[in-house]
Amino acid sequence: MADISLSAPLAKAEKRVIGLKIPAGLRCAGPVLLFLLLGFVAPLVTVVAYSFATPRSFDVFRSFTLENFAAIFDPANTVWMSFAWSIALAILTVIVLAVIAYPIAYGLNRLFGKWASLVSVLFVFPLFVSENVRLYGWVLFFIKNGVLDGTMKMLGFAGGPEVLFTPAIILFGMVYVYLPFMLFPITLGLAMVPRDLVDAASDLGANRLMIWREIELPLAMPGILIGMLLTFVLAAGAVAEAKILGGQSVIVITHDIEIAFTYAQNWPLGSALAVLLMLVISGLALFVMSKLDLDRILGRR
Amino acid sequence: MEQIGAKRTRLFIGVWTGFVVLMIYLPILCGALAGLSKSRYFGFPVKQFSTDWWARTISSLEIHTLVQNSLLIALVVTVVSVVFAFFGALAFARYEWKGRRLYQKLLLLPIFFPQPVLGLALLLWFNSVGISPSWQTAVIAHLVWIIPVVTLVIAIQVYGFDPVLEEAAADLGAGRLFILREITLPILWPGIWSGALFAFLLSWGNFPLSLYTAGADSTVPKWLYSKMVAGYTPMVPALGTMATLAAAVLLLVGGAAIALVRRRAARQV
Repeated sequence: MADISLSAPLAKAEKRVIGLKIPAGLRCAGPVLLFLLLGFVAPLVTVVAYSFATPRSFDVFRSFTLENFAAIFDPANTVWMSFAWSIALAILTVIVLAVIAYPIAYGLNRLFGKWASLVSVLFVFPLFVSENVRLYGWVLFFIKNGVLDGTMKMLGFAGGPEVLFTPAIILFGMVYVYLPFMLFPITLGLAMVPRDLVDAASDLGANRLMIWREIELPLAMPGILIGMLLTFVLAAGAVAEAKILGGQSVIVITHDIEIAFTYAQNWPLGSALAVLLMLVISGLALFVMSKLDLDRILGRR
Repeated sequence: MEQIGAKRTRLFIGVWTGFVVLMIYLPILCGALAGLSKSRYFGFPVKQFSTDWWARTISSLEIHTLVQNSLLIALVVTVVSVVFAFFGALAFARYEWKGRRLYQKLLLLPIFFPQPVLGLALLLWFNSVGISPSWQTAVIAHLVWIIPVVTLVIAIQVYGFDPVLEEAAADLGAGRLFILREITLPILWPGIWSGALFAFLLSWGNFPLSLYTAGADSTVPKWLYSKMVAGYTPMVPALGTMATLAAAVLLLVGGAAIALVRRRAARQV
């Protein structure tokens, strides 16, 4: 008897504590959020702070000036060329990749059946090989006396085309490196298209173009959008392709940022460039992500 | 008419996929070829094959250090990221809480961010708080990118997990630790192992983050890059091929093991 009367208020007290407690979700998210605050947000804040520091100094958080941005927007400065190259290459990468990846994503969902997982693994694996190794393989392929040149000569031609160190090969390299980042989101997107709906439309006499335009494309759009965003962002900030395949025939924006941070020792200018790039990227990313429901995309396999 | 069209589409998609797969592996094959040819400078067709450059690469002390650094970084990244991501994934997919939508999107931002820029930003940050870059800072840089990836991988498993199982156990009087050990973990193991495999392999192959944040410590991809820019020897493609093969073997063995775990988990439920 005494036991019961003692434990009842205790249980009530415990309930009250639970009521005040942080929700389980937030508790689980805590470590990740804290880590990203220190490892992602803090560095970006530092970059922003540096972009307002006196040029060629390390006076971060102690000085405030717009000189770095003024220097970038000065008409005499040609850094906008790097921006233009990066954005143009990124847009082209997105378009080419969407065309390349869509049929494969369709095949992975509808045609390959039990082979689909093997094909997926074949496309995932290159992610685990560093991009410089893969890009260097292309250098060996396209270089003078390389695989292409040698093969052409064996076949009696004068030799392979000279494509290395041109903007076109940089685009090729970006398309090559970022293919998985387009392919898998589109595959997820296409998996969201219910097959009954396609069959029903087909039974009702819709032709394949109509089915594609009216059903498949709109329903797969979240996945396609993620793929496009991901590849755009990664390509806009890419640098290895331009350095290894492009032989610095084109200076992309990240290369300019790197130069400012390393050889030029002008951190504030490099930070200002990085801030402008981040504005483009995060603006686009937040816009696209506000339109997405991640539970639906990831939860339905 | 439709039938023929469908058949043609199927053929086209099959051929196209085959072609793209071929293109993906073509440069890797070119690298393997260059590492196995005898001459100092690559020429095709290869006149004479030899395993000299492989032997030299394997016996080089400099390369031993690189491999040790890469392995150490990858191991630490794997362990830490899986622990963080396990709870991160529960918050992502299991619990319904107020800030979840925002959290989901925040978590994706590091993936949606160009790695070279992230690496440079981290370098700036480490510098302004007075940490000099080394392999430890490279671990932190890798984690910023890999924790979100692993969280997504585990979250996909969590979506397929019925919270009723946990609640039933709690109603029957099981403690929280008991539930975690006997119910949550066994069901999520396949996702956790997949996440660990991803973490290890992504860290092992990462180049842009290591380039800017590893300081004086070099990793395999970082060393390869410095030699590509200046001082090419066939040891470059040879080491590249070895790193690729190592990743492939790990993926095959790890993938098979995970398939086994998955089958066992499916049988238990």
